[in-house]
Amino acid sequence: MSSRLINWFKFSSPATFYPLAGRLLPWFAVTAVVLIGIGLYMSFFVAPTDYKQGEGYRIIFIHVPAAWMSMFIYLVMAFWSALGLIFNTRLSAMMAQALAPTGALFTFIALWTGAFWGKPMWGTWWVWDARLTSELILLFLYMGYIALTSAIEDTRRADRAGALLVLVGVVNIPIIYYSVEWWNTLHQGSTINFRKESSMTTTMLYTMLIMALGCWAYTIAAALSRVRSIMLERERNSTWAQQLVAEGKA
Amino acid sequence: MSDWQTFFDMGGYALYVWGSFGVSAVLMIAEPILLRGRHKAVIKRVARIARMNAPEVKQ
Repeated sequence: MSSRLINWFKFSSPATFYPLAGRLLPWFAVTAVVLIGIGLYMSFFVAPTDYKQGEGYRIIFIHVPAAWMSMFIYLVMAFWSALGLIFNTRLSAMMAQALAPTGALFTFIALWTGAFWGKPMWGTWWVWDARLTSELILLFLYMGYIALTSAIEDTRRADRAGALLVLVGVVNIPIIYYSVEWWNTLHQGSTINFRKESSMTTTMLYTMLIMALGCWAYTIAAALSRVRSIMLERERNSTWAQQLVAEGKA
Repeated sequence: MSDWQTFFDMGGYALYVWGSFGVSAVLMIAEPILLRGRHKAVIKRVARIARMNAPEVKQ
């Protein structure tokens, strides 16, 4: 085994990762607050009024970043789940579990803001089109994962069952992403397109990207905090956990 | 209408814009508070286990 590989596995030990996560957490939390602060200011005071949707379009600045996060967090969970099944590392399942509630949160925000945007623009809160339905299925996948992993008493079995569920559900992600191309949906096509010029002004685009980066930092901070709690819970009988708590460093 | 009234009116989309951002803000403020609470609770639990496991102090 190369030394590089050994170094990576070192961080998969909770005793090593716990203090590291604690040191990283405040940086991501501060970055999230700053970026979302700037993003919100730009959303309401800098970005121009849309010529078609007036001020109503400003929902885009939370809707699109939340929708991106909802899909991306699931992919990261799938990555950790695969890693956990292959290498049997303890930390992988903890990472997936730390991400799930935040993923569910962003999925809910994407659906909620979508409904509040659909009502004035389409005239309906909800339609059963491919994009909306597959995003709703994503919310059910997150909730199913949380329910399944917390229902199984034996952590090893819970981890494996959860990882399998996440990996089976990952087929839903390309369905969400390409739904607007594959089917004739009421939901519009993607605003940002890598193949052709995007259909929004540069200011709008930057505002959306700053909000997305802020949501990224938020997710990392939330996941780090949650994974620390999960680690302490699981390793509550270990010496390192009890020592950290006794020293007031937990 | 004053500037702020115009701002909050959002060109007639007030319910939809504030309904979206408001709920998102509440959730994204609530989650970190819940996480902090959870972490404190876990620390208490570990401290209790550590005290139970500690060898008895001789009188």
